Amino acid sequence: MQYQSQKVAIPYFVGAIVLFVAQILFGLIMGLQYVMGDFLFPEIPFNVARMVHTNALIVWLLMGFMGAAYYLVPEEAETELHSPFLAKLMFWVFFAAAGLTVAGYLLVPYSTLADITGNELLPTMGREFLEQPTITKIGIVVVALAFLYNLGMTILRGRKTAINLVLMIGLVGLAVLFLFSFYNPTNLVLDKFFWWWVVHLWVEGVWELILGSILAFVLIKVTGVDREIIEKWLYIIIAMAFISGIIGTGHHFFWIGTPEYWQWWGSIFSALEPIPFFMMTIFAFSMVKQRRRNHPNRVATLWALGASVMAFLGAGVWGFMHTLSPVNYYTHGSQLTAAHGHMAFYGAYVMIVLTIISYAMPLLRGRTAANSERQQTLEIWSFWLMTIAMTLITLFLTAAGILQVWLQRVLDSPLPFMAAQDQLTVFYWMREFAGVMFLIGLLLYIASFFVGDKEPEASVKTIA
Amino acid sequence: MSEAFTKSMARNIFYGGAFFFLLLFLALTFDTINALPKLDNRAALESPVGPQIAKGKHLWEVNNCIGCHTLLGEGAYFAPELGNVYKRYGSNLDAVKGRIKGLISLPAEGIPMRRMPRFKFTDEEIAALAEFLKYASEINTSGWPPNDQG
Ligand code: HEC
Ligand code: HEM
Ligand code: HEM
Ligand SMILES: [Fe+2]
Repeated sequence: MQYQSQKVAIPYFVGAIVLFVAQILFGLIMGLQYVMGDFLFPEIPFNVARMVHTNALIVWLLMGFMGAAYYLVPEEAETELHSPFLAKLMFWVFFAAAGLTVAGYLLVPYSTLADITGNELLPTMGREFLEQPTITKIGIVVVALAFLYNLGMTILRGRKTAINLVLMIGLVGLAVLFLFSFYNPTNLVLDKFFWWWVVHLWVEGVWELILGSILAFVLIKVTGVDREIIEKWLYIIIAMAFISGIIGTGHHFFWIGTPEYWQWWGSIFSALEPIPFFMMTIFAFSMVKQRRRNHPNRVATLWALGASVMAFLGAGVWGFMHTLSPVNYYTHGSQLTAAHGHMAFYGAYVMIVLTIISYAMPLLRGRTAANSERQQTLEIWSFWLMTIAMTLITLFLTAAGILQVWLQRVLDSPLPFMAAQDQLTVFYWMREFAGVMFLIGLLLYIASFFVGDKEPEASVKTIA
Repeated sequence: MSEAFTKSMARNIFYGGAFFFLLLFLALTFDTINALPKLDNRAALESPVGPQIAKGKHLWEVNNCIGCHTLLGEGAYFAPELGNVYKRYGSNLDAVKGRIKGLISLPAEGIPMRRMPRFKFTDEEIAALAEFLKYASEINTSGWPPNDQG
């Protein structure tokens, strides 16, 4: 850590991990409701648990991105952050808004929450991932504006690097696209069409810029490879992301009342979307291979490599599996979608946030380069437990999805939805066990911050 | 990557590519918006039941039905697809209304199955929801879902 103001990243990282735990607990609740339908009924209905699960995910990833930006932008710009106070203030605004929103989901019926938050004035609630009350959404916009202003002023004053620039484009894009969440016409087709401008153009558009720039930053640090080479890779990766991903939005416009030509545009361009993810894998591995030094923080390197692989598998491979319209005709909105959603979110965005935390936290907590040997060993265990658990979750949901499609959509006399679900119980149980394994991994991850934190730093020699 | 391929070339591909495909996307969006009136069943929205459909969509949203169900294949995968539930029930509004009414008045305890919350809807509200689901089922979805089970 070279600049004092980078420390504002700490609360963002801690807040992110707190919400991560909440996300997983509610995932486990839903997993159980899948097999024991009336579990916690009527106190916590499935839809409420789902909102907590997905919204906590999105908010903690945003917090992770913000923490990452507050950490890396000053270092790249070679100057202190414009206003550390504003950054701290906005953390508390954001965290309080998230806490209140989750409390609202859990304590009152959703329609009551809509009433008391004035949804009537500007109805935006009740759409997947965008369930937050309108005032929470406005809060998010305010936090985002203050955040972008703070970073923008910092960058203007300092050194301009490609990493900072790409990160900024990604973050500004994120904020601008979020504005489409305020557009909610009665016309269902228009509603859905522009809903994807938030959801798809985030994860398969601007978030890839954020992902790429964080990855590039960490790779420069842990490998010592020349910045020119890394930034060249970064540009070409994000170029491919936009070239494929923007028109690739069309893979969501097959069956929602939009013109049929989207079946061509969407299939062809989204079939190219794995390319940037594949390039990220090659990029990460070849930079590590060409490294000019061995960094004592080997677990940060492991996360970076892991993210590049799992993002390719989850987004690239599992995305490609159902992206061509003749396939998607059968798989649309099935457990296969959930399988892909899980591994893609985990591989690309969860893992990149954990990468930057793994790299930055030791420095923020006063280490010169890395955590102790013991902490790193524990964190490596948590890496494998969480990653293997997520792989299992994905595989079980994939099996469930294939069987579901077969029973409910392919057979000559197809089963009704609920009857088909009954046949999938065994896979849902296995998913739940894998979920428990994930939770254990997460608890070990948290333990790695405390167990062995008084021991001396790992050095390059001790890791051999 | 080869030395001859420089960082500024990569950067230009990014800006050029992003700009070109963004414009193409906007052009396709524009064309889609123009084509929608023939596909999106807006006739229903403009008909006398239009206000009821709007109310139904509103109820759909403030009760977070999408948190368990899919609608045209998007949403949650815990409960049946509802984009075609009107057709599943023989294109009969009363059947859809009766089904909703039945599900929300089941006893709270003692049914160990996936449950729909016991929403307190008036008859008008159930009618509005049913009209909304009927409207959704008449959107031209290019033949999706493959069969009535959704
Ligand atoms: C907590 C989850 C949950 C929520 C929220 C929910 N439902 Fe359901 N719904 C279910 C389940 C589970 C079934 C299947 C019940 C069965 O077949 O035993 C169902 C079935 C239905 C059916 C019948 C489908 C069929 O094919 O038979 C309709 C219609 C329906 N729901 C409408 C709604 C509407 C409208 C809303 C919002 C006001 C809503 N649901 C909210 C869980 C939910
Ligand atoms: C990291 C990047 C990605 C993330 C986080 C991600 C996440 C998701 C999620 C959560 C959904 C479900 C949306 C819903 O609830 O309706 C989804 C749907 C989908 N994704 Fe991705 N995705 C990513 C990349 C990709 C890529 C690269 C492809 C194609 C190669 C792809 C293809 C699809 C398709 C076709 C669907 C629609 C599934 C359906 O019809 O039900 N995704 N994605
Ligand atoms: C970091 C880990 C996780 C991530 C990134 C994640 C992400 C997601 C996402 C993106 C969705 C929406 C899916 C979609 O709409 O297609 C979702 C839904 C869900 N998740 Fe997770 N999740 C994680 C862990 C878990 C765990 C451990 C469990 C339980 C064992 C779980 C259970 C569920 C369930 C049951 C749903 C609802 C699926 C449905 O709509 O029917 N998740 N999760
Ligand atoms: Fe997509």
